[in-house]
Amino acid sequence: MTTATLSTFERSLGRLDVESTRTSADELGETLASVTLDPVVGAPLPFENYSLPDWIRTDPTPAELEQAKTGVTAAEMAVADYGSVVIRATPDATEQVSLFPDVHVAVVRAADVVPGMPEAFERLAEWTAEGDSAIVATGPSATADMGALVKGAHGPKEVHVVVVE
Amino acid sequence: MSSTRDEKAARIRHFLATEGDAVAEGTRGFNAGRYESVARLDDYEELKDRARAIKEDAIERLPELVDQLRESVEANGGTLYVADDADDANRYIREVAERKDAETLVKSKSMTTEELEVNDALQSDGVDVVETDLGEWVIQLADEAPSHIVAPAIHKSREGIADLFEATFDTEEPLETAEELTAFAREKLGERIAEADVGMTGANFIAADSGTLLLVTSEGNARKSAVVPDTHVAVAGVEKIVPSVTDFQPFVELIGRSGTGQDITSYISLLTPPVDSPTVEFDDPDVPMTAGGTERDGSSVPSRTSDREFHLVLVDNGRMAMREDEQLKETLYCIRCSACANSCGNFQSVGGHAFGGETYSGGIATGWETGIEGLDVAAEFNDLCTGCSRCVNACPVKIDIPWINTVVRDRINRGEGGRLDFLVEGLTPDAEPGGLDLGKRFFGNFSTVAKLGSATAPVSNWLAGTRPARRLLAETVGVDPRRELPAFRRETFRAWFERRGGSEVPQARARREAVVYPDLYTNHVQVERGKAAVKTLEALGVHVVVPDVPSSGRAPLSQGMVSTAEGHAHEVYAALAEHIDADRDVVVVEPSDLAMFRREYEKFLAPKSFERLDMHSYEVMEYVYGLLHAGAESTLLSAPDERDADERDADDAGVAYHSHCQQRTLGLESYTVAVLEDLGYDVVTSETECCGMAGSFGYKREYYELSMDVGEPIREQFEAADAADRAVVASGTSCLEQLDALLSRPTQHPVELVAPR
Repeated sequence: MTTATLSTFERSLGRLDVESTRTSADELGETLASVTLDPVVGAPLPFENYSLPDWIRTDPTPAELEQAKTGVTAAEMAVADYGSVVIRATPDATEQVSLFPDVHVAVVRAADVVPGMPEAFERLAEWTAEGDSAIVATGPSATADMGALVKGAHGPKEVHVVVVE
Repeated sequence: MSSTRDEKAARIRHFLATEGDAVAEGTRGFNAGRYESVARLDDYEELKDRARAIKEDAIERLPELVDQLRESVEANGGTLYVADDADDANRYIREVAERKDAETLVKSKSMTTEELEVNDALQSDGVDVVETDLGEWVIQLADEAPSHIVAPAIHKSREGIADLFEATFDTEEPLETAEELTAFAREKLGERIAEADVGMTGANFIAADSGTLLLVTSEGNARKSAVVPDTHVAVAGVEKIVPSVTDFQPFVELIGRSGTGQDITSYISLLTPPVDSPTVEFDDPDVPMTAGGTERDGSSVPSRTSDREFHLVLVDNGRMAMREDEQLKETLYCIRCSACANSCGNFQSVGGHAFGGETYSGGIATGWETGIEGLDVAAEFNDLCTGCSRCVNACPVKIDIPWINTVVRDRINRGEGGRLDFLVEGLTPDAEPGGLDLGKRFFGNFSTVAKLGSATAPVSNWLAGTRPARRLLAETVGVDPRRELPAFRRETFRAWFERRGGSEVPQARARREAVVYPDLYTNHVQVERGKAAVKTLEALGVHVVVPDVPSSGRAPLSQGMVSTAEGHAHEVYAALAEHIDADRDVVVVEPSDLAMFRREYEKFLAPKSFERLDMHSYEVMEYVYGLLHAGAESTLLSAPDERDADERDADDAGVAYHSHCQQRTLGLESYTVAVLEDLGYDVVTSETECCGMAGSFGYKREYYELSMDVGEPIREQFEAADAADRAVVASGTSCLEQLDALLSRPTQHPVELVAPR
């Protein structure tokens, strides 16, 4: 990942009206506190050197999932050209946590931002070859079926991307 | 015959009135979005080429890929079932539902399940089937069929949806805004997803190497349908398989842009089922999703494991036979993006309830419905493709959709049984079957009609204009009495050229030599534009010849008379070959004929012959542009300030230009604009895909009103304040005729505007 790729990613997010925040591993907890609305649920981050702060409940129940305003998950890859975050479907309910609450906060490592879809699909081919599933999510859930574009159909109304450098 | 025409006209009138406005707004928005979105791609053409190549390869190797996919799915722990037809698929799905004791099944949008009518099959077993895509849900509540393959409820207005919800749910608060309607639907459907026993999805693509499904969605309902219940049934046409996950990439970049004009949809799910995500047991709301066994307070509950079940149902239903059909095979490359519907003038006006069959709608639907349902279903709407070709460049897998429509039209013509008719028979030196629709035969043999018309003009024009003749034309061949007929000229373009003694530029002094192709309309009807073309080329130093060359075969081809058109192609090439050998360029005034030379003749001529004609033929303004850029003096042409003051204000250089649909598909609109601008004209171009006349289409009684409706946007544009005073020019004969009908000011071909006076 180059700084140009990261800037491209942020510009793409801007076009989608998706807010993004750069932070460091040390300041991740504070950053998340500033971009989440209570109640918050989360899925454990699969990153080596840091994890979600303790105040974010992971392993939620269905009831907690439904009541949560914000879901925090890792995005193990991001696509600069499109402003997409890639959410792996994991046994600890990453997909559900990213899908049900009104706000999805995606935590992306700067090193995981790839320039475009060709690079993304090279990596996705490796994941799926191992039986994994993933969602390339670009902006909030949306529909135009009710006569005008509406954000937040069955999924989140709002997405916030936190980039950890 | 006549009553069929009346029924068709009535049906079209109904959909124009009830659904046309909503469809027009939606599809034109998608279409405009497509242009903007693909323009943002640096490698658009390359992506289309790759997408096409992947599909060609996949369909070629389909049986082998099915075997590979079966291994992948089974290795992942799922099952794969190849269903021969709809009944077979439904039987399998019903058995799955029965084994699961399913009370509720939630579905995400899938046209293939519409094809199967699986909802009816499951509901007859007592399974409550709930569509969760908002558009599909609206359609389900209204008990209607989708009118568009991507946006199924595109024909419904927001007000119509609000009324439907109110009537169905007896809502307490009135729902008005799109936000309120969406929130209401989300809540209602959320409850249904929570209680669902089975989730059913489609699949846009399936990778044989890993068993991964790719789902293109925006709402999130497919994600919920696949992840909440423990059983997932995916239903897809067998043609959806591609070799590997990396093959998904060009499609992911193209499908949203091509369809709704989105660079990418919100969610591209790559599911390799059974997925690792835990099921969501809303019946046990306080048990953490992952562990099972313990509630938050520590008390114990029965342990549950996430034993997900996955079934992939691949539907044949005629597809493997389509694969063996050289002409229909291309249909299987279709990725159901809807670009061919959104870019189609007729579809924009009337929508998929008229322009569609049992399941599919829009241009490519002719291929699908022929292969899946049969010719009789395709015959009901096939004529709505006018061959304008605006969908050709829009298709992300480069399917020649007009050609499929032409081939199917030909098969329909041949399938109707041998009824000969004395009246038209004398006018029809074609190779077509006796039962061919009289209207098709009349328009398809327009060359004979035109020759007779000129030979007997002006008597033929007076006669054709009389009421008894118009009635006869209406009843026998279906010419709408509201249309003005083309007036045949007694002196044809060729006769004029002979009379003046050939070219005024001697060969010895000529910059180039060129054939001006005397197409049917230029020769018999629009003679002035032929003269203008000759004078323009001569002013730029070209020695012109106007030889006797047969008509291109466009007219018969548009009626599905393929073998007649093929005969024309060989005759035209034979007549032009010696001129090409003599290093003469072939200049064509009528864009639909040039498009024959450059596109359709590839199907008829030997590859080298096609290439030679293609390389040496030019649209007239394209040729003028080339001459000017090769150093010819533009001052010899008519610039705005030289205009005749009697015609309009001498200082008015404004031009409103409508190119021709097939000309634009060939990328030739810009030459006319460039030449006019170089000469000092101020040009606005029409934004519409097709004027609606489309050759003979708009003359036909059953399509007259549709044709005029398709022309409405161009009328609005050219009558708007910034265009109302501009001179109207158009490249195609039928466009000029349509503009004459739509507008109250005169029209002409651009070459008439620039020809020296």
